[in-house]
Amino acid sequence: MKTTQILFAGFGGQGILFAGKFLAYKGLKEDKQVSWLPSYGPEMRGGTANCSVILSETPVGSPIITEPDVLVAMNLPSLEKYIDTVVPGGQIYLDSSLIQYEVKRTDVQVFAIPATAMAKENNMASLANMILVGALLENHPELSFDGTDTVVSDLVPPKKAALVELNMKALSMGKEYTK
Amino acid sequence: MAQRVLMKGNEAIAEAAIRAGCRHYFGYPITPQTEIAAYMAKKMPKIGGVFLQAESEIASINMVYGAAATGMRVMTSSSSPGISLKAEGLSYIAGSDIPALVVNVQRGGPGLGGIQPSQSDYFQATKGGGHGDYRMIVLAPASVQEMASLTIKGFNLADKYNMTSMILADGTIGQMMEPISFEDAEIEVYEKPWALTGTECKRKHNVVNSLYLKPEELEVKNFERFERYKLVEENEAMWEEYMMEDAEICVVAFGIASRVAKNAIVAARNEGIKVGLIRPITVWPFPKKALAAAADKVKGFVCVELSMGQMIEDVKLATSCKKPVSLCNRCGGMICSPDQVLYSIRNAQKGEF
Amino acid sequence: MAVVFEKPKTLADVPLHYCPGCPHGIIHRLVAEVMQELDIEGKTIGVAPVGCAVMAYDYFTCDMIEAAHGRAPAVATGIKRCRPENIVFTYQGDGDLASIGMAETVHSAARNENITVIFVNNAIYGMTGGQMAPTSLPGQVTQTSPYGRDVNHCGWPIRVSEMLATLEGPEFISRVAVNNVKNVNAAKKAIKKAFQNQIDGKGFSLVEVVSACPTNWGMTPQQALEWVESDMLPYYPIGVYKDRSAAKEEK
Repeated sequence: MKTTQILFAGFGGQGILFAGKFLAYKGLKEDKQVSWLPSYGPEMRGGTANCSVILSETPVGSPIITEPDVLVAMNLPSLEKYIDTVVPGGQIYLDSSLIQYEVKRTDVQVFAIPATAMAKENNMASLANMILVGALLENHPELSFDGTDTVVSDLVPPKKAALVELNMKALSMGKEYTK
Repeated sequence: MAQRVLMKGNEAIAEAAIRAGCRHYFGYPITPQTEIAAYMAKKMPKIGGVFLQAESEIASINMVYGAAATGMRVMTSSSSPGISLKAEGLSYIAGSDIPALVVNVQRGGPGLGGIQPSQSDYFQATKGGGHGDYRMIVLAPASVQEMASLTIKGFNLADKYNMTSMILADGTIGQMMEPISFEDAEIEVYEKPWALTGTECKRKHNVVNSLYLKPEELEVKNFERFERYKLVEENEAMWEEYMMEDAEICVVAFGIASRVAKNAIVAARNEGIKVGLIRPITVWPFPKKALAAAADKVKGFVCVELSMGQMIEDVKLATSCKKPVSLCNRCGGMICSPDQVLYSIRNAQKGEF
Repeated sequence: MAVVFEKPKTLADVPLHYCPGCPHGIIHRLVAEVMQELDIEGKTIGVAPVGCAVMAYDYFTCDMIEAAHGRAPAVATGIKRCRPENIVFTYQGDGDLASIGMAETVHSAARNENITVIFVNNAIYGMTGGQMAPTSLPGQVTQTSPYGRDVNHCGWPIRVSEMLATLEGPEFISRVAVNNVKNVNAAKKAIKKAFQNQIDGKGFSLVEVVSACPTNWGMTPQQALEWVESDMLPYYPIGVYKDRSAAKEEK
């Protein structure tokens, strides 16, 4: 892997920024060069949210992603907006509980995961984002699953320590689903 | 090396300022730099410092004026429309020759404009903004690490030359997270015999003032000030050269635009185009010598800016218009894509500027 | 079928950008209804602030201008002095009116400028993400008062209506709320009076509307309305703080 550009997109409140942050920290732990760039402004409250994460072996140039290698889409408007920007050979992860959409492109790998339904079944309704990230990790061995627990612990505020275990469970569920 | 942590650019500025010894922050809410104030609001009370939200940008810069006059390291931060309001205080601080740090996380303008990143306050930062003959040292970070290191540098330079240092950032670098490590901040300490501390009846009173009713006196003051500015120009210009050794085309860009430009330069090199980058790190003083030297060896320049073309005037001045300069720009909160820059580089290679 | 409820035509048929549960929509509607009932849409010029209501220029169908942060009363003054026959109103939040724009607020009131000011007080800077406002309550946790508003450090919240009522200048100063139906109805009356005063040439009329911000208060809309009742209104009591014409009639 030289450089991987990952775009997360969905509604505000789906944990889009957190999912991106997790991946950026994971990259940092593995001594990669990383950048994390959120969309910002009023649209973040209730509207659409997206964030761009770049993981690289070399210093990151522009942190702005115009052609993602990986798209993680958590709602239909986001998928429709970005689907054509994914590079040929790239990957798309979509939450199939929320998105009914047949991807026509044949030059990309599509992982449709009913993340929201899986999260709800397991009483972790807010962690669909991490299920998708778990699936992503499974397909990116260079990001190895090892050490994810310390990254999660670093990111979850001490007051919400109980969430660490749930986040880990969500990651594992995503990983297993994709295997 | 210190541990690498991920931090937002805005937070890096706040943390660096604290490490540089700043214990007084005065501000007013405005997007996209609110993280600086939020960070200060959390941290300052815990370290015996002061975070104060003023009633306006005008009040906050005048709080900085008063606080700086006491000899403390002080700062304020804002974004474009707020900096316009601070222009009054910037002029008074310059006219009184006292040091301060001011951060501008730029957004699109003019007027209320937008909240997305921009570089269209270049003129305001480097040519004035407030009234009168004055300069500010203007530092233009291109990474989260530089947000921190240039903040510390900015405090040191402000104290060294008794003038304002401005961090000229933009919404992207303010909002993005990158790994950063905080080395021990090198704090330079300068005597401040002019500071208002109370005479304790032991010395002649100090006066911090910018009013000189006798034109002869005001002229002398300005002459003296510009002698100091000359030293800054001679000693403090900072820039980065990237792939310039054999370059035939020179891209000039600062801040976020320089990062987009680097992507384009790598792509152009893959096409066999000999292109490099000069990235001003200080936009005042402008790295004139580097540009002048480049003008002797390249075919021409491509100036990449998030404005209608402001720095391009300094590029032309620094190179005495010896070589053609083209403009590759977006504005209003839009950002050039690497492809757009690449297109301009290809045109330059063909001799089209 | 009989129409029993419809949008005032003075309110544009566009989606508002406000967060779920935000009372700005109610207050917009009240202003729009008043404009329609007084039949002044065609000669009204509104001034939008900087803050959550920044895009109010898209929502009212009368002519609108966007002012710099806090300067709406000055902009309104300029308009009114050029076109005294028009009806001019500003629509401002607490940061805009009571912090950065305090000078413009006080002086337009002192001049008894013949304008109408709608002042929405929700004790927070909403648009920038929840910083302390000049009207944030003692102890209130915000992004810039993370340990609660410490009045010894950053002062006391300002009661704008009470303060302006001490001035000789203004005609009408009233505080209302929109946390229940009764209060909404009373708020509309006050707003209507504030516009009618201008039509009658009586001078500066300000209606302070105690509002809510569920998003930045970190509450559900219902909880936020309850907090208005339990915490906001005791500090900011509803009432008419100045009514020069009514006072004269009494004499």
